[in-house]
Amino acid sequence: MKLTGAQALIKSLEMEGVEVMFGLPGGAILPVYDPIIDSSIRHILVRHEQGAGHMAEGYAHVTGRPGVAMVTSGPAATNIVTPLCDAYMDSIPMVVITGQVPYSSIGSDAFQECDTTGITMSVTKHNWLVTKAQDIPEVVKEAFHIATTGRPGPVLIDVPKDVSNQMMDWYWPDTVDLPGYKPTSKGHPRMIKEAARLILASRRPVIYAGGGILKARAADALRELAELTGIHVVTTLMARGAFPDDHRLCLGMPGMHGNYTAVTAMQRADLLIALGSRFDDRVTGKVDGFAPEAKIIHVDVDPAELGKVRRPDVPVVGDCRLVIEELVIAVRDLLAGGTEVPDRSPWNATVNGWRAKYPLAYEPAAEGDALKPQMVLEHLRDSTPDDTILVSGVGQHQMWASQYWRFNHPYTWVNSGGLGTMGFSVPAAIGAKVGRPDRMVWAVDGDGCFQMTAQELVTASAERIPVKVAILNNAYLGMVRQWQEMFYDERYSEVYLSPDLPDYVKWAEAMGCVGLRAETPEDIQPVIDKANDIDDRPVVIDFRTDSREKVYPMVPAGQANDAIVVPPFQEGRHGEGGH
Amino acid sequence: MPHPAAPEKHHILSVLVENKAGVLARVASLFARRGFNIFSLAVAPTDDERFSRITIVVDVEDKTIEQMTKQLFKLINVVKIDELDPTDSVERELLLCTVRADPSVRSQVVEMVQIFEGRILAVGHDVLTVSMEGNPTKVDDFEELLRPYGIVELQRTGRVALRKLQRRPRPQALQAS
Ligand SMILES: Cc1ncc(C[n+]2csc(CCOP(=O)(O)OP(=O)(O)O)c2C)c(N)n1
Ligand SMILES: [Mg+2]
Repeated sequence: MKLTGAQALIKSLEMEGVEVMFGLPGGAILPVYDPIIDSSIRHILVRHEQGAGHMAEGYAHVTGRPGVAMVTSGPAATNIVTPLCDAYMDSIPMVVITGQVPYSSIGSDAFQECDTTGITMSVTKHNWLVTKAQDIPEVVKEAFHIATTGRPGPVLIDVPKDVSNQMMDWYWPDTVDLPGYKPTSKGHPRMIKEAARLILASRRPVIYAGGGILKARAADALRELAELTGIHVVTTLMARGAFPDDHRLCLGMPGMHGNYTAVTAMQRADLLIALGSRFDDRVTGKVDGFAPEAKIIHVDVDPAELGKVRRPDVPVVGDCRLVIEELVIAVRDLLAGGTEVPDRSPWNATVNGWRAKYPLAYEPAAEGDALKPQMVLEHLRDSTPDDTILVSGVGQHQMWASQYWRFNHPYTWVNSGGLGTMGFSVPAAIGAKVGRPDRMVWAVDGDGCFQMTAQELVTASAERIPVKVAILNNAYLGMVRQWQEMFYDERYSEVYLSPDLPDYVKWAEAMGCVGLRAETPEDIQPVIDKANDIDDRPVVIDFRTDSREKVYPMVPAGQANDAIVVPPFQEGRHGEGGH
Repeated sequence: MPHPAAPEKHHILSVLVENKAGVLARVASLFARRGFNIFSLAVAPTDDERFSRITIVVDVEDKTIEQMTKQLFKLINVVKIDELDPTDSVERELLLCTVRADPSVRSQVVEMVQIFEGRILAVGHDVLTVSMEGNPTKVDDFEELLRPYGIVELQRTGRVALRKLQRRPRPQALQAS
C-alpha cells in the first residue's frame, strides 16, 4: 500500500493506540494535518503550543499512557520546549511531533526553520530528524518504545515537509532494533537479599517513596512492603498518592516544605529505603547534612540515579514494582527462617510524638481578614470525591495543595515537580480531564501562574472539557514574596500583581467558563458547591486569599534539614519530641 | 603555547556508538550539560560499518567518571562503554608538525625525527613537515624537543586506545590430529 509520509505518520500513531492528540497546525506540518480529518484520533486544538505540551503531560500523568502533541516548525517548536523539559525532569512519557522545513532547505535559514533536534537534545530522552518517509513507521515505533520503557520520558520526532509529502510503502514493524537501549527491569537477586537483610536489621527505617513508584505502577507493591515490615513511608512531591495519606504508616511529604515528622524521621533514620526517588535537593536540603546516620537502599530503573547524589549501601537497578515484589518475598523468607527484628517501638513512639507536636497547622483568619488559603483547600478537599484529580501550578498554592489535600489514590495528583513550571496547571488539568473524563478534575492555581496559560480555558470551553480551577489569588507572586520577606529583609521587588487586575471572573466568562468569586469564609462552601454542580463547561473561582500567609514548615535553601522552621505558633515545642 | 600535558591520572572511555547522524553532537551536548570536561576526543568508524568508536580522555575523579559513564550510557545510540585503565591499555596518538629547519639545523631536526622513529613527509626551503606516532607521553617529549627549532604548525589527533592483551601462560599445544 502506498501512503504519503503524512498518512504513514498518522497511521503509525493509530497503530500505537493513540486516541487523542493536542496540537496546533502551521506551514511545515500542514501535510500531516490533512489525514487527521479522516483519522480515529481526536485532535484538540490548543491556543498556544506550550498548552499542547502540558496537556499531553497531564494526560500521561493520569493514564500512564504517553501523551501526544503535534505542532509546526520554528516558533511552535520552541514554544513546546518548556513542556519537553518539564516532562524530562519528571519522567513523563510524551511523544512530540514537530513540522520542519523541507529537508532540502535545512541549514538555509528558511522561513520558520530552527534546529529543533539540536535545541531539544538535552530535554528529550531521544529525538529524531526523519529524512525519508519510508522510515516513519520505524521511527514512531521506536519513539513510543523509548518514551514508555525504562525511565519514561519525552521524545521528539521532527518531520520535514517534503518527507511528509513523499510516498512510501506502508509497513508496520513488530519489533524495534535498538542495540544501545536495553533497560534493566529485574533487580539483582543478591542485592535484593541484602536489602531485605538490612531492612529487618534496622531500628529506625523509613521508606522514601518517589515518583518512580507511580511510573512503575508499584503502589500496591509498596503498600504490601510497608505493611509487611511496619515501616513508615514518606511520599515526595512527585509521589503524593503513591501511598494513601490516611494510612497509619504514612508520614506525608518530606522536603523543603514537607511536614516536620516526614523531614525529621528521615534525618534521624538509620535506614532509608529509597524507592523510585532521586535525592533531589528539595528533599535532601544540604546534602552533607542529610540523614547522617542512615544506610541507604536505593532502587531505581535508571542506573545513573544510583550514587548520583548519595552513595547507596545497597544499589538495586530495576523496575520498582518488580524489585519491591521480590523484596517482599525476600523479607518473608527471612522472617520465615526465624530472622529476628529489633524492637522498633521506641522509634515508633518518637515518630508519633513528632506527629502529635508538629501537625500541619495554620492560624485561622481573624475576623475581617482575607481567606486563609489552607482553609480554602480544606473545604475543597472535603467537598470533592476521594478520587478527585488535583492539578497544581507552582508556588505557595502548590505547596499548600500538596500539604492539605488527602491523597488516598495513585494518579490523583498532577504537578510540575522537577522544573517547577508556572502555567502548568490549567493545560495539565485539561489533559488530565481528557484522559479521565469520569473523574472530577480540579486545578489549584496561583494568580501569577494562571496568567501564564489561562487562554487554554478557551480550548476547554470549545472542546467541552469541564475542568474546575481554584485560583488562590493572593495578589502576589507569593512564593517569591515569601523569600523576599524571610531572606531579603522584607524588601519586596517586583512581586505585586494586584487582586483585581485582571478581573478573573470576567476573564473566565469571556473564555466561556463560569466565573465565581469568594471573599469571605461564608462564601467558600457555596461557590465550591456551585462549581461542583457544573458539568458542561469549565469553572473558575477567584478565592481572595491572604497575601501575608507563608508556607510552613520550611527548610531554608542551602541548609541542612535539621534547620527546619516550624510556624511561629509552634515554636518553642522543639526538643520535646524525644529526638 | 605548549601542548598541555595529559593529566596524571586520566581516564579513557572507549565508547561504541551507532553510526548515525548527530551522535557526536549528542555526546558533546551531554558532556556540556552535565558540566564534564573532555581532554581529548577521537572518532572513527569501526570494522563494522554500523558502529563508530569514540575515544574520550577525561581528567576527573572516580565518582565523576562513574556518573559520566552512566549518563553516557543513557544515550540511545551508545551501545557499549569500556573504561580503560591507562596502566592496562595501549594508547597511541599521531602528531603532524611543520617545524623550522634551515640548513644550519636541518640535520639536527632530521636526527631527532629518526630517534623518535618519526617520518619526514615534506621538505621546504627552510621547513620540514614531520609525523610521529606513539605513546602520548612520547609524543609529548617529541613535541617538547621540536619546540626550540620553531613550530610553524602542529596538529595532534587525540589519543586512541585498546585494552592490553592478557598474557596468561599458553595452554598445552593441541595435539595435531
Ligand atoms: C515560568 C516560571 N517563571 C518563574 C518562576 C519562579 N517562581 C516560582 S513560584 C513563583 C510565584 C508564583 O506566583 P503565583 O502563581 O501567584 O503563586 P503563589 O506563590 O502566589 O501561590 C515564581 C515567580 C517559575 N517557577 N516558573
Ligand atoms: Mg499568587
